[in-house]
Amino acid sequence: MYRTRSIDGELLKIKEEIEGYALQYGLDFYPVMFEVCDYDTINILAAQGGFPARYPHWRFGMEYDQLSKGYAYGLQKIYEMVVNTNPCYAYLLNANHLVDQKTVMAHVYGHADFFKNNYWFSSTDRKMMDVMANHGTKIRRYMNRHGQDKVEAFIDKVLSLENLLDVNVLFETSELKLRREEQRTQMSNEANTEFDDDRSQALKSFMRSKERTRKKGKEDKKDTNELDVFNEFKEILPCKDIMDFLMDFAPLQEWESDIIGILREESYYFLPQRMTKIMNEGWASYWHSTIMTQKALKASEIIDFADHHAGVMAMSKQNINPYKIGIELYRDIEYRWNVGKFGKDYNECSDMREKYHWNKNLNLGREKVFEVRRTHNDVTFIDEFFTQEFCQRQQLFTYKYNPRNGRFEIDTRDFEAIKAKLLMSLTNFGQPIIEVSDGNYRNRGELLLRHVHHGVDLDMGFASDTLKNIYAIWKRPVNLVTKVEEQDTVFLFDGKEMKPVK
Amino acid sequence: MDHPLKRDHARFRKIIKGKIRDNLRKYVSHGEMPIPKGDGTFRLPMPSIDTPRFKFGDRQQGGMGQGEGAQGDPVDGQEGEGQPGQGEAGQGEGKKELEVDLSLDELASILGEELELPKIEPKGKKTLQSTTNKYTSIGTVGPDSLKHFKRSYKEALKRQIASGTYDPKNPIIIPVRNDFRFRSSDVKIEHENAAVVIYMMDVSGSMGDEQKEIVRTESFWINLWLKSQYKDIEIRYIIHDATAKEVDEETFFRTRESGGTLISSAFKLCRDIITADYNPNEWNIYPFHFSDGDNWSTDDTKLCLEILDKDILTCSNVFCYGQVESRYGSGQFYKDLHAHYGEKTDSVILSKIKNKEAILDSIKEFLGKGK
Repeated sequence: MYRTRSIDGELLKIKEEIEGYALQYGLDFYPVMFEVCDYDTINILAAQGGFPARYPHWRFGMEYDQLSKGYAYGLQKIYEMVVNTNPCYAYLLNANHLVDQKTVMAHVYGHADFFKNNYWFSSTDRKMMDVMANHGTKIRRYMNRHGQDKVEAFIDKVLSLENLLDVNVLFETSELKLRREEQRTQMSNEANTEFDDDRSQALKSFMRSKERTRKKGKEDKKDTNELDVFNEFKEILPCKDIMDFLMDFAPLQEWESDIIGILREESYYFLPQRMTKIMNEGWASYWHSTIMTQKALKASEIIDFADHHAGVMAMSKQNINPYKIGIELYRDIEYRWNVGKFGKDYNECSDMREKYHWNKNLNLGREKVFEVRRTHNDVTFIDEFFTQEFCQRQQLFTYKYNPRNGRFEIDTRDFEAIKAKLLMSLTNFGQPIIEVSDGNYRNRGELLLRHVHHGVDLDMGFASDTLKNIYAIWKRPVNLVTKVEEQDTVFLFDGKEMKPVK
Repeated sequence: MDHPLKRDHARFRKIIKGKIRDNLRKYVSHGEMPIPKGDGTFRLPMPSIDTPRFKFGDRQQGGMGQGEGAQGDPVDGQEGEGQPGQGEAGQGEGKKELEVDLSLDELASILGEELELPKIEPKGKKTLQSTTNKYTSIGTVGPDSLKHFKRSYKEALKRQIASGTYDPKNPIIIPVRNDFRFRSSDVKIEHENAAVVIYMMDVSGSMGDEQKEIVRTESFWINLWLKSQYKDIEIRYIIHDATAKEVDEETFFRTRESGGTLISSAFKLCRDIITADYNPNEWNIYPFHFSDGDNWSTDDTKLCLEILDKDILTCSNVFCYGQVESRYGSGQFYKDLHAHYGEKTDSVILSKIKNKEAILDSIKEFLGKGK
């Protein structure tokens, strides 16, 4: 496309240099394609999640509007963007300094290595550029046939469910799925088509839903009641993969079912990135810092590098900076495994002085961080390596709302509390856990959702609007079990409003 | 062809405008006025168009931070301050408050569509003229800075082909003096319609803050519409109790006087301003008067009607009287005007504004005739 061009000349030389360093350090990545573009293009790409072609929807326009304004007012600037594909695409902003481009490239190789090697990314589709473009074509076709407003309105509703994902699905390989499918087929004693593995998730689920409607049609003729469908629920409930559930059991038209499939596939593609924000950014920052300071920096570039690196690592009183926490944790792990500050001996040692000067010269640090980046996600990363010393060194605290003066105030610096809060905010990638408990609630075909409550209530205003959108898809009343101020409550959305049920 | 995202962007803008239109009544009656930004655009706080999702209630959740400070210290400051400069492709859940920038014309057209306002037919001769130079044509003479290279070389090519000196194998084109073409200007005369709005407000003791707020909101939207209709617009402000004086905008909405009310004083001043500065043949004149309807005496009311009939109505497009309901006002002036002009006069528009909710309807009454 004319808006981006591949790098050449000096940038190409830099790229080769940095790539060489990255390989020397043992990073392992798919080929990285760097492209240069102007700020408007990078805003466009960022608005579309890094992809040049997406389905038409106003929210990308909204994202672009905000990014453009942020850039125009000088509030924010995107230096770089990496897309998890093979080859791995990375975009550089043409207005950057050379030293920034160097840093960004080193950073990108960190991400590229992470994408390829982190276990949670193992099932992502590396041909996502094509898949996204195909999704765009499909949805555009639906828009031509059914009208843009209608299709867009439906997408709006489905987007309400975008965060209701089941992380286990990431490891649901096609083999596993096929096996389960076969079991189901055997149980129902009906022939079921087996799908070729190369087809996209969306297509498969779409075909499955077609299959089912055909089956249902037959059943209707045979005059059997719908009990079979309800029995089918039992095998899969409770179900956290709500889009999949609706695709299978909600009364939808073919195109609607297909659109849910498309959006579901895209959500799952982005899921690993949401689950490894700290690790991914930390890893990339660790490597840009290592490569730049040990190899690539020229003396004249040090000040600029230090300035920008510090900007990226800035701590904030309002938020946790994932770059900062990530890089510091990797460095801490590297240090601890270098000197041997881990394991039974160290943990059981009660002499503070001995602990402080502990050094077994193991030099296992580098090896350890590589292992960590392969197997962990943010939750396990924090759970395992976030120590009391680290917490103090990073000056972390939690804050909460003080209703008396209407301000947010520092609550505590207690290690246990901070760790618990941090883990809580990362659990289920920071989203509430909602699962389908019943598809035939009260034997009236109503949907029953359950919020698995871990101490934080839902925003009920948003919940009400979300239920409204689910109702529009399910077409029967939707119930939600949750807790409000420690009280178990069931809410019912009956098509008009959400109200608590006694 | 531009990037398809621009279509998404246009779509987003369209949705937003629709939202604003739907919420216009709310904006107007809550007095949430768009903030002028200085470059001719306005900023509006947007009703949320977030996709609803299940999410945690914010307040209860609190958050985490890094840095100095003891227990109980506030962590206020700009949300998102010190955010990292680099970012993964937009995966963060945007928490930013949505604000929209609209140009005056866009905002006015939303108002116009919602209220179904007709375009204003400017009255009088189009005496105000301005000339603008538009470089739309090509000439054979001109300064070097206006040289049109493509045209010049085309001419040279034509000449060389015609004279047989053009060699396709060695396509060198050398323009000579006669080949040069220059951009040249056409003088365009633009007729402009200028307008003046003269706001008069009763600031006697009976006009409270709420009443003034109504006048303020109403005048903002009226200005907005008139600005979109006229290229040039001037606004003058007059306040009066028993005497009248001209003030600036700030004072107009802030002052609180007490004492009696002689409406005629304002009308007199209005007449004087018009005579001094605005030739009715050149200007579209819009006198607006807002009061709670109290006047000192029937004699004064008589005098008012006389000034209106003789001087003001003859030169203005339309005279608008808005009566803001207040606890102390009698509303007599509205009745008097109504008795005198009735329904049939086109040149006088009367409107009663009961409360903030009625502002929009009142604007429609004033501007709905397209005068």
